[in-house]
Amino acid sequence: MRPEAPISFAPGFSRLSRAAKPHLPCERETLCSSLRRHSALRCLLPHFLSAISYLLLCIPAHAARIGDISETSLWNQAFRFFTFQDPAVRYALLGSMLLGISCGLLGSFIVVRKMALVGDALSHAVLPGVALGFLWNMSKDPVAIFAGATLAGLIGTGVVHLLKQTTRLKEDTALGLVLASFFAVGICLLTMIQRLPTGNKSGIDKFLFGQAAAIGPGDVQLMGVVTGLAVVVITLLYKEFLVTSFDAQFARVSGFPVQALHYALMLLLAFAVVIALQAVGVVLVSAMLITPAAAAYLLTDRMHRMLLLAALFGLAAGALGAFLSFLGNNLPTGPFMVLAATAVFGAAFLFGPRHGVIARWWRQRNRSARTQRENTLKAIYHVLEARDFQGEGVSLRELAERRRETLEDVSAQAAALRANGHATLHEDGNQVFLTPDGWQRACAIVRNHRLWELYLTNEARVAADHVHEDAEKIEHVLGEETVRELERRLGNIAHDPHGRRIPDLAEMRRGTGVAVTEKSMGYGQDIQGHS
Amino acid sequence: MRGELLSSADVPPLEIHDLTVAYHKKPVLWGADLVVPTGKLVGIVGPNGAGKSTLIKAAMGLVPVSSGWVKVFGEPVAKNFRRVGYVPQRESVDWDFPVSVMDVVLMGRYGKLGLLKRPSRADHDKARECLDKVKMLPYANRQISNLSGGQQQRVFLARALAQESDLYFMDEPFAGVDAATESAIIALLHELRAAGKTLLVVHHDLPTARNYFDMLLLLNMRVVAFGPTEEVFNYETLQKTYGGRLTILSEVAEAVRTKT
Repeated sequence: MRPEAPISFAPGFSRLSRAAKPHLPCERETLCSSLRRHSALRCLLPHFLSAISYLLLCIPAHAARIGDISETSLWNQAFRFFTFQDPAVRYALLGSMLLGISCGLLGSFIVVRKMALVGDALSHAVLPGVALGFLWNMSKDPVAIFAGATLAGLIGTGVVHLLKQTTRLKEDTALGLVLASFFAVGICLLTMIQRLPTGNKSGIDKFLFGQAAAIGPGDVQLMGVVTGLAVVVITLLYKEFLVTSFDAQFARVSGFPVQALHYALMLLLAFAVVIALQAVGVVLVSAMLITPAAAAYLLTDRMHRMLLLAALFGLAAGALGAFLSFLGNNLPTGPFMVLAATAVFGAAFLFGPRHGVIARWWRQRNRSARTQRENTLKAIYHVLEARDFQGEGVSLRELAERRRETLEDVSAQAAALRANGHATLHEDGNQVFLTPDGWQRACAIVRNHRLWELYLTNEARVAADHVHEDAEKIEHVLGEETVRELERRLGNIAHDPHGRRIPDLAEMRRGTGVAVTEKSMGYGQDIQGHS
Repeated sequence: MRGELLSSADVPPLEIHDLTVAYHKKPVLWGADLVVPTGKLVGIVGPNGAGKSTLIKAAMGLVPVSSGWVKVFGEPVAKNFRRVGYVPQRESVDWDFPVSVMDVVLMGRYGKLGLLKRPSRADHDKARECLDKVKMLPYANRQISNLSGGQQQRVFLARALAQESDLYFMDEPFAGVDAATESAIIALLHELRAAGKTLLVVHHDLPTARNYFDMLLLLNMRVVAFGPTEEVFNYETLQKTYGGRLTILSEVAEAVRTKT
């Protein structure tokens, strides 16, 4: 199928394809008049929707782009993208994916080595090299530009090193200086090239914000070589890069050439930056290094997984950026890639299973809900204790008085206990009865509290009126082992420092007169099971 | 022939001659001489800024030296890295680094493997064995940021054990660890010494230094004294080392008073 052929994805869209184009102006007129008249709402809605779709989908073409279609729709563009019939699309997509992989891999190392700023400085420092590479034979020869850019990047890194060695300036200042000055030189050279007779058609300006569509077969070959090199070197020297990144001095004593490995990594980094320039642009290429790697860093605790994830995220961001840029009639690719990578990072930040904000919030919420339940159980125990455990039910009023809270609050807490199987509610929900499980939990928490108070006064010599606040917090986190240790150390544990009885194991098993199941429930098991 | 005639016991594990190290032209260590005999547990003590860490770093070739030389088993250290084990200060690395406890201990095997080779099953077994020695085997798959200070120190120690070296340098292995870890570490050091290893340990707690080490190196920019602990640990040498630092002096005076 030719790319220009009308495609009907849905009946409503057929009118948007170019086959129906002659009818469009009159349709639009109808819409406008109906809008003005404001009367025929029934026919307005479909027209309005189609107009919106038209405006959204038929963004007029204004930039130079692949193929020579004068006007086309998003769907056409997407179709052309995914059928890969256009070699330019293939090059753009392949190149973007390759650069994503190499940037992800090298970016992982600069993130764990805390060298993110180095990546930023390096990527800006290459710009004069790009311009000089172009001036070499007045064409966009990938190899000349690659060589020039790499050289400029290395010179920039060298200047940073020199500044650090010979002056009192610290690394961040040196990096900032080099970044800005090299970038300024690059911009000047680029502007000069633009003014040359052949310059303005060269596409050299695309190096600033990136244009995946400008990737040619030569570029893709170079990207393939560099990405292949990065993969091979990192696979072979994984162990060496790992130990030098984690603990350089230890690596040195283990006999590894730490300096040489560092330079090898820097060289690979420079290569990765340079091949990414064409598609991502000088301004944003450091984001392609850092963002996928940072997202991967949030998701995993192992270096090899981080490398794989970062390469994957880089690849996805590259492909998505190329696609979106193509859809938008070749808008600059760099920003789209970076936005795609940032979206991945945002997702990792929010939804990461271990370090994600939502997971952390959820864990925190669970913890505080458990603490709340345990406090309610403790209050019920206190009420029962105050009347020498006569009668099993505790009314919400009693509980509210005990906790000094409103009936609504206490009622919600009782509901939470019931939902967790710690209590049953009777008499229209006004009486709380502990289940055997709830009784055990209540005893355990009171026991934890009083054991800890006893420990603080007896062993740590803390005054009896200082220990309650501390025990209020500790009671929720004491583990089985610690409780055993406390029991062993304290010896006589019948009463707490305030003279109240500490519930013992027999009491816990007995329950409040509620039938206890035959299953023996160890104290420790109980604690563990609910923590 | 001469090399063969010399038994390993005759070549000192560490020989330092007239070693001077300067940072930005300011000497940190000045004209240090040292010959450490085989199989000794040597404590390096001295006030802050006395050059304790610098001495062991210079001995391993980690910092450039201004003058003097270092020989490890009779040769420059670069030729004998395989016989040197190192426990750096705990703060010297990023504990959020994405590696597991096992990964870190395996790094102890890397030196023996050399470039390009991957750790084998035997290396994994060795690493597990070392982790077990410091009672950290249950934590093998944990990420290192989830460890307490004492546990981190144990991991570093396990990594050094995995190096299977003959000469160990340890930079404040007791800093910020709990009492249980401290006694576990000292037991391990004694075990290593019994196996004929030589250990140099930077230590900053004087009262315990007296009990822990066979030999003491008292350092304050220069080597103030070096010898068996009972000979070196006395009021005069300590005063020379810590001269003028009253708080430490009183602490030491207390130690001398109670332990003799």
